[in-house]
Amino acid sequence: MAALPPYASTGQKIWHYAYRIICGLIFFFLIAPIIIIIPLSFNAENFFTFTPKMLALDPEGYSLKHYRDFFTNPDWQVPLWNSLKIAPVATFISVALGTLAAIGLSQPHVPFRRAIMATLISPMIVPLIISAAGMYFFYSRIGLQGTYWGVVLAHAALGIPFVIITVTATLVGFDRSLTRAAANLGAGPVRTFFKVQMPLILPGVVSGGLFAFITSFDEVVVVLFVGSAGQKTLPWQMFTGLREQISPTILAAATVLISISVVLLVTLEVLRRRSERLRGMSPG
Amino acid sequence: MTHSATTPPEQPMAALPGGEVTEGPMLAADGTPLKASLKRALRREKLRALLLISPLLIFILVAFVGPIADMLFRSVENQIVSETLPRTVAALRAEDTPEGEVPDEEVFAQLYTDLVIAEEYKIHTRLGSRLNYEMTGVSSLFRSTGRDVGRFDTDIYTDQFVEAAPALEDPANWVAWMEEEAVREALPLTADAWDEWVTLTVEENEDDPLEEDVPDFVFTTLYRDLTAGATPPDAFPDVDVSGFETVSIKALFEDSDEDWMDPQLWQLIETYSPEYTDGYFLNAVDMMNGPDGEAQFRPDDQRIYLKLFWRTMWMSMVITFSCILLGYPIAYLLSTLPLRSANVLMILVLLPFWTSLLVRTSAWKVLLQQQGVINDTLVWLGLVDNFNRLQLINNITGTVIAMTHILLPFMILPLYSVMKTIPPSYVRAAKSMGANDWTAFWRVWFPLSVPGIGAGSILVFILSIGYYITPEIVGGTEGVFISNRIAYHISSSLNWGLAAALGSILLALVLVLYWLYDRIVGIDNVKLGG
Repeated sequence: MAALPPYASTGQKIWHYAYRIICGLIFFFLIAPIIIIIPLSFNAENFFTFTPKMLALDPEGYSLKHYRDFFTNPDWQVPLWNSLKIAPVATFISVALGTLAAIGLSQPHVPFRRAIMATLISPMIVPLIISAAGMYFFYSRIGLQGTYWGVVLAHAALGIPFVIITVTATLVGFDRSLTRAAANLGAGPVRTFFKVQMPLILPGVVSGGLFAFITSFDEVVVVLFVGSAGQKTLPWQMFTGLREQISPTILAAATVLISISVVLLVTLEVLRRRSERLRGMSPG
Repeated sequence: MTHSATTPPEQPMAALPGGEVTEGPMLAADGTPLKASLKRALRREKLRALLLISPLLIFILVAFVGPIADMLFRSVENQIVSETLPRTVAALRAEDTPEGEVPDEEVFAQLYTDLVIAEEYKIHTRLGSRLNYEMTGVSSLFRSTGRDVGRFDTDIYTDQFVEAAPALEDPANWVAWMEEEAVREALPLTADAWDEWVTLTVEENEDDPLEEDVPDFVFTTLYRDLTAGATPPDAFPDVDVSGFETVSIKALFEDSDEDWMDPQLWQLIETYSPEYTDGYFLNAVDMMNGPDGEAQFRPDDQRIYLKLFWRTMWMSMVITFSCILLGYPIAYLLSTLPLRSANVLMILVLLPFWTSLLVRTSAWKVLLQQQGVINDTLVWLGLVDNFNRLQLINNITGTVIAMTHILLPFMILPLYSVMKTIPPSYVRAAKSMGANDWTAFWRVWFPLSVPGIGAGSILVFILSIGYYITPEIVGGTEGVFISNRIAYHISSSLNWGLAAALGSILLALVLVLYWLYDRIVGIDNVKLGG
């Protein structure tokens, strides 16, 4: 599919370009719904479509009023802060426990490795509605339902598979003789971990943490059931907005979230390249 | 972590200390047999690995596996009838009422005690709504009789007892009598009713039983104990009940609501009296326990869940197929382009993958509206009449479009990682042997990419059958999945048992697929973000 050879027949040429057009359309399908949100969020009217003024590129057709609403209205600010209070703590728990377990799992001899791995990955596989239902029943029994810590624990559990997967993937390429060398030079286990192993697996840990963060930051089903009004998060607010009466401020909120994902995506890409360079796997 | 720090020196140098040639087992440096020493080292290594894993494992067991187990348990748990009406259930069992008949006075008398107590605890309405899932009208029956039961004409017993022996009016006397084992043995029903009354007063109402009147239902049970031929010891006042004016409790219930005389209601109470039930699971597959105790299908107009399961599966298949259709060309393009341009195009796949689900769902909600961008564009292009705009949302179309978009990256990424491992030389070799472009693709490339299709399809299918948010927002009433019904039963209808049963079936389905995925791809090979 790379370049068209000079001897290509007319049919091949037509197919070559037709194929590119098809792919272009599919890429358009993938990306357009997300991109189109951005200009719509600057709409000066409370509409969800382009007004004639916007199409004429008249500056009067655009405004920041939805952003003003998003950043001043407590209906949006309180959920935003709740999200920011829940996600980092949940991420910390997932990363701390997940990294430790991933190191344990990548030891050469682990009994019941498959069963343990399957259990640890299960929060990613079990449909969210089932996790949410189970947590709702169970957490109500033990008095965690409707509390901040209930939501944090639930989100930490959901983030763990991502940490496990990314960190074990980094550890696959890890050279064990490095830790032996460190021990040989007199470093204790803790010092070896922080000075030798940690810097090398750091990219995996950070990207696992980013996954865990976005899982919590983006999660709505579990928080709907496990949380109460006091833990209303940003996705929850968007969800109620979408289900009940939809206000254009949601577009501003969406644009803010898109910017966050772009930042995360770039960070991850940088980390991936750094990790590959460090491990000498590819020139990037 | 550190490997050699704690590993004993079992390495080759330990084999022959001093260079002597020894008979028997090889020895380690400290003189123990090498085999044992190695085994110990291995055991220690395993232990260390487990120690590292255990905090997380415990965490997951408590925060995740426990809840799932709780849900499975709830789908068969059925203690509400035997907890709310314990005496009635026991009496029903002892009585063995023939099919299709209403039980006699004895059972109603027990029901009276149970219901008075349940009413005080305000739990009779809960039982009513639980049984209402099986038979409409039970909820209002329990509510109305719950209101009446405190005003039943059973106070005639109270009056007659107090007239015959005024000592019976003083709760302090009761406390004294009920401490005597002989009295309790002679008047078992009364003792039980009294204990229940004391617990209720102290715990629920936080009152002192000594300051409350002895309630009617205690006197009613006392009357029944005495008519049954009980002879209380001398300490207890001797009352001759043979001349008492009586009242039929069964008739009182009938006066309160005629539905109590419905044999079907009693059949229902008996069916749901065991502590565990398959009723929720039967309900989840549109069946029920019939009057004869055999499972049977519900009437046609009440069958919804099998249809919903089928629709969930069918829509997930459509979504999976659309993802293959759209994802395959993209993955093929990405895997055949030079790495640098492929990486750039990959961002177009990863950006949606990383964008908040709610953002993508709101985008589709906005775009697909009748006054939305897509309809506006189609009208502007003249493809659709302005007064006949396409209905793209709140139906199956909306769900399929939005979910295909949301799940497409999950198809492209596994496909891409499989396709990247197919050596391009294979296709070149096929062409050099005379295959045209199509044959080279179809006979060589495509079969090699099938594992990617398998992995992607199972992944998309698993994710799609459990989806909740997107169908809830763009699906309207037709385009919803089984998950939406589960959520409805948890938060609106409060039929938790049914929600748990539906959830368990869905979970079983997903686990089978997960197992397949593990067999085909291996969970260790799950990759994130390309």
